[in-house]
Amino acid sequence: MADPALSRRQVLRGASLGAGALVLGLTVRGVSVVAATGAAPASAAFAPDAFIRLAGDGNVTLVMPQTEMGQGIYTALAMLIAEELDVALEAVKLEEAPADDALYGNPIFKVQATGGSTSVRGYWPVMRKAGASARAMLIAAAARQWHVPAAECRTEPGEVVHQPSGRRLAYAALAAQAAREPVPADPPLKSPETFRLIGHSQRRLDTAHKVDGSLRYGIDATPEGVRFASLACAPVVGGKVVRVDDRPAKALPGVQQVIVLDDMVAVVAETSWAAMRALAAMDITWNDGPNAALGTADLWADLEKASQAEAHVALDTGAAAKLSGDGVIEAHYALPLLAHAPMEPMNCTVHLTSGKCEVWVGTQVMTMTQRAAAQEAGLSPDQVTVHNHLIGGGFGRRLEVDGVRKAVRIAKHVDGPVKVVWSREEDVARAPYRSVYGAWLKARIANGKVEAWSHRVVGPSVVARWLPPAYDGKIDSDAVDGAAETPYDMPALLVDWVRHEPRGVYTAFWRGVGPNMNVFATESFVDRVAREAGQDPLAFRRNLIGKHQRARAVLDLAAEKAGWGTPLPAGAGRGINLQYVFGTYLCTVAEVVVAEDGTVAVKRLTTAVDCGSPVNPDGIVSQIQGGMVFGLSAALYGQITLANGRTQESNFHDYRVVRIDEMPQIEVHIVPSAEAPGGIGEPGTVTVQGALNNAIYAATGIQLSRMPVDPSLLSKSAWR
Amino acid sequence: MKGTRKTIFLGAIAALAIAGGLAWWQVALPGPLAFAGGRQVDLATYRGRSPTGVPSELASADPLTKGRYLTEAADCQACHTAKGGKPFAGGRAFKLPFGTIYTPNITPDRETGIGAWSDAEFVRAVHKGIGRDGQRLYPAFPYASYAMLTDDDVLAIRRYLASLAPVRQANLPNTFSFPFNQRWLMAIWGALFNREPVFRPVADRDAQWNRGAYLVEAAGHCGECHTPRTLMQAMNTRQKFAGGAAEGWNAYNITGDQVSGIGAWSSDDLVSYLARGHAPQRGVASGPMAEVVALSTGRLTPSDVAAIAAYLRTIPSIRSSGLPAMAGPANPVASQGPTGNPHGKRVFEQACVSCHAWSGKGAVSPFQQLTGIRAVNDRTGTNVALMVLNGGGSAHSPGPYMPAFHAAYSDAEIAAVANYVTARFGTQASNLTAASVRELREQ
Amino acid sequence: MTTINVNGQQREVKVDAETPLLWVLRDDLGLTGTKFGCGIAQCGACTVHLDGAPVRSCQLPVGEIGNKPVTTIEAIGTTPAGARIQKAWLDLDVIQCGYCQSGQIMSAAALLASNPTPDDAAIDAAMAGNICRCGTYVRIREGIKEAARHG
Ligand code: FES
Ligand code: FES
Repeated sequence: MADPALSRRQVLRGASLGAGALVLGLTVRGVSVVAATGAAPASAAFAPDAFIRLAGDGNVTLVMPQTEMGQGIYTALAMLIAEELDVALEAVKLEEAPADDALYGNPIFKVQATGGSTSVRGYWPVMRKAGASARAMLIAAAARQWHVPAAECRTEPGEVVHQPSGRRLAYAALAAQAAREPVPADPPLKSPETFRLIGHSQRRLDTAHKVDGSLRYGIDATPEGVRFASLACAPVVGGKVVRVDDRPAKALPGVQQVIVLDDMVAVVAETSWAAMRALAAMDITWNDGPNAALGTADLWADLEKASQAEAHVALDTGAAAKLSGDGVIEAHYALPLLAHAPMEPMNCTVHLTSGKCEVWVGTQVMTMTQRAAAQEAGLSPDQVTVHNHLIGGGFGRRLEVDGVRKAVRIAKHVDGPVKVVWSREEDVARAPYRSVYGAWLKARIANGKVEAWSHRVVGPSVVARWLPPAYDGKIDSDAVDGAAETPYDMPALLVDWVRHEPRGVYTAFWRGVGPNMNVFATESFVDRVAREAGQDPLAFRRNLIGKHQRARAVLDLAAEKAGWGTPLPAGAGRGINLQYVFGTYLCTVAEVVVAEDGTVAVKRLTTAVDCGSPVNPDGIVSQIQGGMVFGLSAALYGQITLANGRTQESNFHDYRVVRIDEMPQIEVHIVPSAEAPGGIGEPGTVTVQGALNNAIYAATGIQLSRMPVDPSLLSKSAWR
Repeated sequence: MKGTRKTIFLGAIAALAIAGGLAWWQVALPGPLAFAGGRQVDLATYRGRSPTGVPSELASADPLTKGRYLTEAADCQACHTAKGGKPFAGGRAFKLPFGTIYTPNITPDRETGIGAWSDAEFVRAVHKGIGRDGQRLYPAFPYASYAMLTDDDVLAIRRYLASLAPVRQANLPNTFSFPFNQRWLMAIWGALFNREPVFRPVADRDAQWNRGAYLVEAAGHCGECHTPRTLMQAMNTRQKFAGGAAEGWNAYNITGDQVSGIGAWSSDDLVSYLARGHAPQRGVASGPMAEVVALSTGRLTPSDVAAIAAYLRTIPSIRSSGLPAMAGPANPVASQGPTGNPHGKRVFEQACVSCHAWSGKGAVSPFQQLTGIRAVNDRTGTNVALMVLNGGGSAHSPGPYMPAFHAAYSDAEIAAVANYVTARFGTQASNLTAASVRELREQ
Repeated sequence: MTTINVNGQQREVKVDAETPLLWVLRDDLGLTGTKFGCGIAQCGACTVHLDGAPVRSCQLPVGEIGNKPVTTIEAIGTTPAGARIQKAWLDLDVIQCGYCQSGQIMSAAALLASNPTPDDAAIDAAMAGNICRCGTYVRIREGIKEAARHG
């Protein structure tokens, strides 16, 4: 992994000056592979347009286009390269890519962004091909040296072996020559039976510095002469500063500067604590603007109203006509506002000088960060250097650059580098949120079978703001993801979407994104309909599955491992959630106990997953475990509420998350597969709410329509 | 302090009107200084340094400074400020079973505040609980105590209030229904219980004691919360300072009793508590008392705080049966504690132990110690539950801070953790239920 | 000027006594391994050892420390329990983003030092104050047990 003490620039220079290095580059389209010797581009014009560098010492440097935020992508992508290049995983050094969409854009988004469970899916072909090309060139170089046909050579980790004679040459010795070999147009990829790494659990590459505190996150960046700032933004979206009494703040020790901008106030001080304390002492009068009276109830009412507006149809196989009149089952489901609250509070360090801006931050979006900083600083993007860091939790929060913008705006008034750190209260209360969403579903059953099914989704389009080219103005594919395509074959299906942007909040992606709503609604409704049809939820699902046979496998495996059908005591229940999103099939069975006062204890989560070729199986298990805990926090406790336009939650004492002593037993079973990999960061989060809701339904006969679980609706007197 | 909004006093008054009066002994209560014996004299004839006005440190201060000091000594701001509202603009709600009472705006705004009042009207209101238009004020306003303030001191407060920036904020109507909306009933109450004349010092006591008496009885109106009420909701001075209630909190016994009062406290303990809201090994001012320290006692001069402490140490001892001797430190090993309340333990290990420690004594800072704290040795558990619900302090200012857990934890969980805390760190476990926590939430 | 003993060294710091130790470590002493997560003793990211006991440095005024030794994540590997926890953490790949893990490791090391064979209830009691948003709890539990096995 990248040595935190070494700047990226130094690494690049070191790599480029190393004698006889092989440098492999490829573009975002993953088709044109170029090679250069390390020595050649050691000029100012050297562009790090490469994923791989094989240095003369045998070390392989992989320039990581994706940001590591705990999801294990450094390890998974390194495995792909190391597998095809045939080197030991330990020989791979990782280095963060600089900002450059053209070179490092995510193959799925086309911009340099990490999110949406796209990394392995997007880079699976790209990284493997890069590794395979390099290996082919190394073989060619060895064959040339030995004057033997390349076909007689094969590789072992770090070496080329001439099969008939048993001669061997280390990659290090071949790098210079390999760089002069032509780049193969279509290098052969390893066949899965010969994988040494892919599909075999590997230790993570990013954690050695995480056990002793030596890894520096964005919040730990301390450029020479840095000062510390704390900020307070308008507590209501659209609010402005009216008046500030900064005398009490300025009287405190260590306070250097009070910066008042139209919608925020910042204090710059010798330490973070001095800044935070001074900010708290300040008397700020705000004009709350148009959202001054907004409350959570308004958001729900707006959503309800929007559900009657005209919708864009995502899919229509003729359900509408069959869904009016008697015998139609209807249900409504909704999800609240949520904050991301990653463990590392928002922060950004900026040093702005004339014509130059340096930014130290952990971001999921390198180039967007660079552009945002440039825009605020009045510079061009190439005048902005972004030092990306490993992230202390993203979950979508760091797909946003609002914090970078604010930090640059503050830095414009500060002489020298300034580190802006959000207090947790600021982080929770003035953040972009996962939006409120609503779903309205209808179904008709005949003879125990679904005849027609409709699903209306009402919610915002984050995509439209975040990645405009991906939004056609009609259907936001994220907004209907998990509703339009399900594991089931519905004889007649109508899925439509009403775009509705809630007032008074900024909306953002949140781990699990669109499918959180859609899978929760679909799976809750499947249980509702199954009950109306008088069928067991497992049997009902098996009958609904058609072409998605991989779904059936995860369903059966999860049910079997969870002991589906075995007796449970009163107050206990099991619930299934089956989903196909992010290219991954996943089924969870939740087991809960509902106490007489309505308190829900989650006892067990049993999951079976088919995510295609598993790259790092232990990493997959880890992501599912973690994703489920994230989803569980949301399902049991998560909600942001507004009163008078202000967020009522502020920190972990009132924005509660699951802790170790309330953890259910979690089991994850991987279904072997040779298909292309699916995503794994999001599905674990998506799976929880439906499974939990269905388990509560089974235990009490009450189906909740909204998360988080409200125990007051579940007391024993209400059980059916 | 904002003491008197008592739960059932108006009900009792209605009963009085219907029944035609109660036995004389119920109303013939001893005067506030009767316990001291000796001879009470008029201020004019008292020979020592005057116990009224500002302390000697402020003798040469300008009138506004003096007025502000007395306003703080009388703790006007706490009650006359809504939570999160503009100081002195009123609107703070006091929830009583028969309705909600809102304190009025006392900034000098002429329409919504008291800018148009004459001095005489102001003095009459403070002394007698009679509003500008002659209407009777509810004794949530502590005029039974304020009656003892001198005219000069009331007018000094008046001058200070008049110097504030006017805030236009209309008063909110009380939400009382019949018969509690019959303000004339208050006239009867006032006639019976608002009989104390302007402060009369005790000639046989020294100047510090008399100064303390003036601050405690007249300005600070401590008895409004710390003295239990009679059936008629008057301060039962026969049980002087033996413990009362304030906004749902228990206001503990502050008599000289060694076990249930503050008899074991040193003068330094008292001074530290009043000045800083914390006395090491004794406790932290919480809830309404934290506000008293923040807005009143914590702003008094050292000589005045010492005078209050000296006076309080002469209050006769009364033992409260519900407040037994305090428990010592708990076992530092988590599992060595109360069993049978796993929910309480769970909440404690999640949200509490990081600061308070399993022993209650090895806390991160002395403010967070649970050992020897009255609230955790109070078997009602009320103040513990309120503390968990409401917290105290602010996250980014120095000094003790406890987050308010009301939003994230259910009534059942808060009851469970309060019962766990009293069991682990106190003498006797409380037995709060979700329903009782729900009531406390509404305070 | 206050002098505190951090990781075996006497360090002089020029801050007022109310300053929480967390910020002294991070901003004055450059020991950024101790993390800020909430500032109100609710997340555990800032956990350090004070005389061997785990404390939340965000709530510990530096003036309360006196001459009790402070140990931070940077030096926990020099204690037997700390080293075993670190090894178990790597062997089991407990860590995801890692931001909470300084605090988790400090809490776990303190637990192991005082209770070499903690059961689930003891792990809950010691670790429930440490939040992990990445949700590594399953492995934290396993990691502590693994470290205990090699004690
Ligand atoms: S930062 Fe100290 S416990 Fe969260
Ligand atoms: S590992 Fe990311 S918060 Fe715990």
